[in-house]
Amino acid sequence: MQGKGWVITGMILFAALAAFPFYWYAVGPTEPFPELEKPQKAKNCVESITFMRANHMRLLDTWRVAVVRDHMLIYTAASGQTFEMNLHKTCLGCHTSTAKFCDRCHAYNDVTPPCWDCHVATNAPGKKGESQ
Amino acid sequence: MTISRRKFLKTASAAGLSVATGPAMSHGFDLPGRISPGPQALKAKRWAMVVDMKKCDSQCTENCIGVCHEIHNVPFIKTAEHQVMWLFQEPYENTFPERAHELISNRLKNRKFFLLCNHCNDPPCVRACPTQATFKRKKDGIVMIDYHRCIGCRFCMAACPYGSRSFNFRDPRPYIRKIHPEFPTRRKGVVEKCNFCQERLEVGQMPACVETCEKGAMVFGDLGDPSSEIRRILAEKHHARRKPELGTRPSVFYIF
Repeated sequence: MQGKGWVITGMILFAALAAFPFYWYAVGPTEPFPELEKPQKAKNCVESITFMRANHMRLLDTWRVAVVRDHMLIYTAASGQTFEMNLHKTCLGCHTSTAKFCDRCHAYNDVTPPCWDCHVATNAPGKKGESQ
Repeated sequence: MTISRRKFLKTASAAGLSVATGPAMSHGFDLPGRISPGPQALKAKRWAMVVDMKKCDSQCTENCIGVCHEIHNVPFIKTAEHQVMWLFQEPYENTFPERAHELISNRLKNRKFFLLCNHCNDPPCVRACPTQATFKRKKDGIVMIDYHRCIGCRFCMAACPYGSRSFNFRDPRPYIRKIHPEFPTRRKGVVEKCNFCQERLEVGQMPACVETCEKGAMVFGDLGDPSSEIRRILAEKHHARRKPELGTRPSVFYIF
């Protein structure tokens, strides 16, 4: 085979490049998980913390449909505690800084839900993307 | 046991397809808790409004428009084409064009009518909406917009015969004088309109314009209840709905 050296070098180089992302993902430096501001006034969230961590987006989505389309208002949690299905009053009533709670985690996970396009972030009234 | 190649491929692809689409098809999500309506919510079969133009005056209307636009975070934009209005005023010939002629009384000619979404019984906007963002609530007939779902195609604006809808050509936030955080603003690219103060009815309050009106020119009530005040007024007084020939059957009635 002509140019055997080049071909083999090329193959090795290609394999290394293709494998690099996997290697980097496994051993490369990681951003430390951001510190989230915990609410002062409430001891528990709407549902358990593990449930909320995994499913808050599904819960909010279900609330949204229930409130906007089926005119529901009250959510009775598994614990029996009742909450008004209202992002502003209920969620932001405890998580007073959206920037220090929602946005930090969303930024870390590289997700950009468009909530604050319309709903008003508590700490940054009127200015989108300028919360601090 | 033997299996033909054809049968094998059929079965395998069917199985593969169900595995691939299964999770996507079942998007149902069960919350651990229960969902229920607000205990103080005002209920009606069909909400409706009577506007008595004999009592209503244009100056006072400016005030009630101001209150509505303030609590609902409606932007104040000067450019006429970009204006957003939930409540507005128009002269007689624009309100009742099929009745207007050159010899109408001065009383009607020189005045402006208080206008809002008619919350039609057969709303053309709902038929036009391709995403079901605009819908009529089955329980009480309020025509609402789910802003989460609106794609800004403006078919509803073309369909509405009353000009009750406005489009957000710009980001409305910089044009809102004072943001009321408890009510969401809208974003650029969605259509908005009066919602009969649905968020207030849910907690047992009357619509803001009705509550603000000092002259008692507006009566809000249940059209489906024959003993309601609104039905009594409609039975007693001569009234009109806008563009009745279109068959939309508005829920807003005028006495003038």
